[in-house]
Amino acid sequence: MVNRVATSTILTPHRHPPHAGHTPLTTPKTTWPQPDETRQDEAPRGAAPRRIKAEVQDLSFYYGTVGALHGVNLSFHEHAITALIGPSGCGKTTLLRCFNRMHDLYPNTRYEGRIMLHPHAINIVSRDVDPIGLRMRISMVFQKPNPFPKSIYENVAYGLRLRGVRSRSEMDARVEAALKDAALWNEVKDRLKKPGFDLSGGQQQRLCIARALAIEPEVLLLDEPTSALDPIATARIEELVVELKQRVTVIIVTHNMQQAARISDYTAFMYLGKLVEFGTAADIFQNPKTKETEDYVTGRFG
Amino acid sequence: MLATDRIIFRTRMTDRVFSILGGLVTLGAILFLGVLLFDLARDGLSRIDWQFLTSFPSRRPAQAGILSAWVGSLLIMVVTAVTAIPLGIAAGVYLEEYARKNWLTSIIEINITNLAAVPSIIFGLMALGLFVYRFNFGQSILAGGLTLGCLILPIIIVATREALRTIPRGMREAAYALGATRWQVVRHHLLPYSMSGVATGVIISLSRAIGETAPLITIGALTFIAFLPPGPIATDPQFAIQPFKWVWSPFTVLPIQMFNWVSRPGEDFVQNAAGAGTVLILLTLSMNSVAILLRYRIRRRIKW
Amino acid sequence: MSAVPSSTTGVGHDGGNRPAALPALRPRSAVHRVIEWFVEAGLLAAAAFSVFITAGIVYVLVTESVPFFRHVSIVEFLTDRMWTPMFAEPRHGIMPLVAGTLTTTAVALLVAMPVGTLVAIWLSEFAPARLREIVKPAMELLAAVPTVIYGYFAVDFVTPLLQQAIPSLPTFNMLGPGLVMGVMIIPYVSSLSEDAIRAVPMLLREGSYAMGAGRFTTAVRVVYPSAFSGIAAAYVLAISRAVGETMIVAIAAGQQPNLTFNPLDPAATITAFIVQVSLGDLPHGEIGYQSIFAAGVTLFVMTLGFNIIGAYLRRRYRQAY
Repeated sequence: MVNRVATSTILTPHRHPPHAGHTPLTTPKTTWPQPDETRQDEAPRGAAPRRIKAEVQDLSFYYGTVGALHGVNLSFHEHAITALIGPSGCGKTTLLRCFNRMHDLYPNTRYEGRIMLHPHAINIVSRDVDPIGLRMRISMVFQKPNPFPKSIYENVAYGLRLRGVRSRSEMDARVEAALKDAALWNEVKDRLKKPGFDLSGGQQQRLCIARALAIEPEVLLLDEPTSALDPIATARIEELVVELKQRVTVIIVTHNMQQAARISDYTAFMYLGKLVEFGTAADIFQNPKTKETEDYVTGRFG
Repeated sequence: MLATDRIIFRTRMTDRVFSILGGLVTLGAILFLGVLLFDLARDGLSRIDWQFLTSFPSRRPAQAGILSAWVGSLLIMVVTAVTAIPLGIAAGVYLEEYARKNWLTSIIEINITNLAAVPSIIFGLMALGLFVYRFNFGQSILAGGLTLGCLILPIIIVATREALRTIPRGMREAAYALGATRWQVVRHHLLPYSMSGVATGVIISLSRAIGETAPLITIGALTFIAFLPPGPIATDPQFAIQPFKWVWSPFTVLPIQMFNWVSRPGEDFVQNAAGAGTVLILLTLSMNSVAILLRYRIRRRIKW
Repeated sequence: MSAVPSSTTGVGHDGGNRPAALPALRPRSAVHRVIEWFVEAGLLAAAAFSVFITAGIVYVLVTESVPFFRHVSIVEFLTDRMWTPMFAEPRHGIMPLVAGTLTTTAVALLVAMPVGTLVAIWLSEFAPARLREIVKPAMELLAAVPTVIYGYFAVDFVTPLLQQAIPSLPTFNMLGPGLVMGVMIIPYVSSLSEDAIRAVPMLLREGSYAMGAGRFTTAVRVVYPSAFSGIAAAYVLAISRAVGETMIVAIAAGQQPNLTFNPLDPAATITAFIVQVSLGDLPHGEIGYQSIFAAGVTLFVMTLGFNIIGAYLRRRYRQAY
């Protein structure tokens, strides 16, 4: 029943009241670690207690008969950066791609369990939720920069066109705003009509971030966004991502533990398709509770 | 020591000899093409003039021309292109982007592979039984164009699929991740990005169709035609505009006209055949050159 | 569409000249879903159309040749040594046409197989990369020349040339067109073989070079055997191409059905017979008309057999690595 209601909500204009006083409809199975004092200070203005943006509940995922995720429970705080870490094949990217139902593109995939998206408590992996509408609210940046072979302008405008923005002036303003948000505007403002391929790797990735931000998503999924970039470009992207959390909830998959430690507020360590440990980044990296986490973050395996 | 030196020397020599031999054989094959072109042009080039291009075939070889033939080839190509290109691209898109793995798609795939290897004359027999007699299209431009359309359909499908396959998965995922539907991904991204690859395949397939003779003879194309198909504006005042009447007209095409002249005795007709052949080969070779250039450009341009 | 003001989109705006909220997400309209459905159905129909072509081929060949075989027994069809369906006393033995087809095919293969293989090996193992870039498209042009032009070349150039060596050679014979056809199918052999050769892993070659073998030894002893099932597939597909070739033999081999395997004789092939009959004005539904479909069935079955063998071989070499 809950799912039926959810369908209609995700599709209707989300003209809901500000989230104050919102409580999740279901009780999470994990207890949240509270972020430590210093990190609390970094919270966006006027949003002292962090709210929960999304809850993963008992999520399992299968490619055919092979399970890739096994009963994952995890929560994501609004306006925070949550990093998913773990060795290759641990299911972190699989989990990330559940959020925008990317797996639906390929045959023989199956979700079990729920991912509740708040404030409306919609189970986004339910068959009743249209992935098209979902992907307009949750955008994604991929491992390798993948701008379309179109102009810089058209790359950013594309998602807006899909959402029905027609007016030229509005489009211009939004493209500009998105490029500014992605810290790319100054570098490209004189060559918006040039192909996106002409940019450097780091610029291309920021173009992809601008493309993802233009549609004003609620959640931004980053799938190892710096793995194909050099250290300088990586640093710029990291800086940018930290700024972005004021505007969106960020979930980032990374195999780079220093990166997770540098930029994330919360970190989830996954292993063999299961969540091993979740906590503030400080806890995971300085005070891990399980042996596996400790071994991994200290570089003893993975 | 000496033995080793001899072995090394022998190895080097065999390599050298084989390298030269292979080069010569390859060169020979290309030379064969050169001789063919030369032989054809020697007899044919002098025959090509305005009179040749604008005259109907005739019993007197010196007055004969290829007007009805090239007009026929052109109109046949129009029908072929209009039917086979959209159908072939659509089928390619379906098989590459939509098809799920099931018995239906595997039948379609096996079928297309086999169809590509069926001799062209068999297509002619199919068209004779089906288009000419069962559908009553007669021995018309429509029947001929559809026959060649069926013939080149597999080529266009395969070319479309190959062009789509070169587009990396990341392009598709990027578009889907922004909320595009499958058809939007195809229309906004995949088709535009694969266009030059598809165009290469289309040009090659049309150049093959324009040289096809056997299937058109089989459906009963005429070899001697001294009139042109009705134009879109008819002389009959009652039906002044008949945009599609020409598709019902009988026809001949360049290769059939050439075949007709080749099989007649007499040096003069052979010259006419060479003339028609020169025109035909100029058409096919220039189409193929465009395709080769296009393919070359794609390979240089692709950056993903 | 103008922006619909809404209280929040879940994203905090930090003022400035940021545009107002995006137009709200709307449920995907039923119209949209219907369009997607129709597009998919249309594309599927296009893909399925190719099956209808095959079905059409089989349907026509069967329905038109059944009356023929009601008239002529299969035994007579396969064993009679004469093919004269147009005579007052018609004889319907397909063997003379099959003999003509096999002979021209054999001549063509004697050219195409060694030359095509040599070209493929040379291109992939010996030729400098830049030369290959030029030679490959040039080779492909060989397959692009219309067959009617090859036919012209066979009677006008190749046969007269052969007659200088073999004075007894008649104007129409199977040798000349067979040779020309062989050159025409070189690119089919060479490009498919090259694919197979390229699929041989570099590691195998390195293994051979590391033993001190030269290029020739490596190509002949290691690469060729490893790629053999793919190269064999290329041969088989070339056979099927040669069996189905029409215009070269129709023009240059003569059109008299002749039960002989001597390439110096004139003869008709299955395809040449179909062309010859089609050029005349045959009334629909008579035995002469039906005979071309009986010939067509024979041709179709032959090429289908070769195609199946070729596809099997190709699949085998794809699986090998």
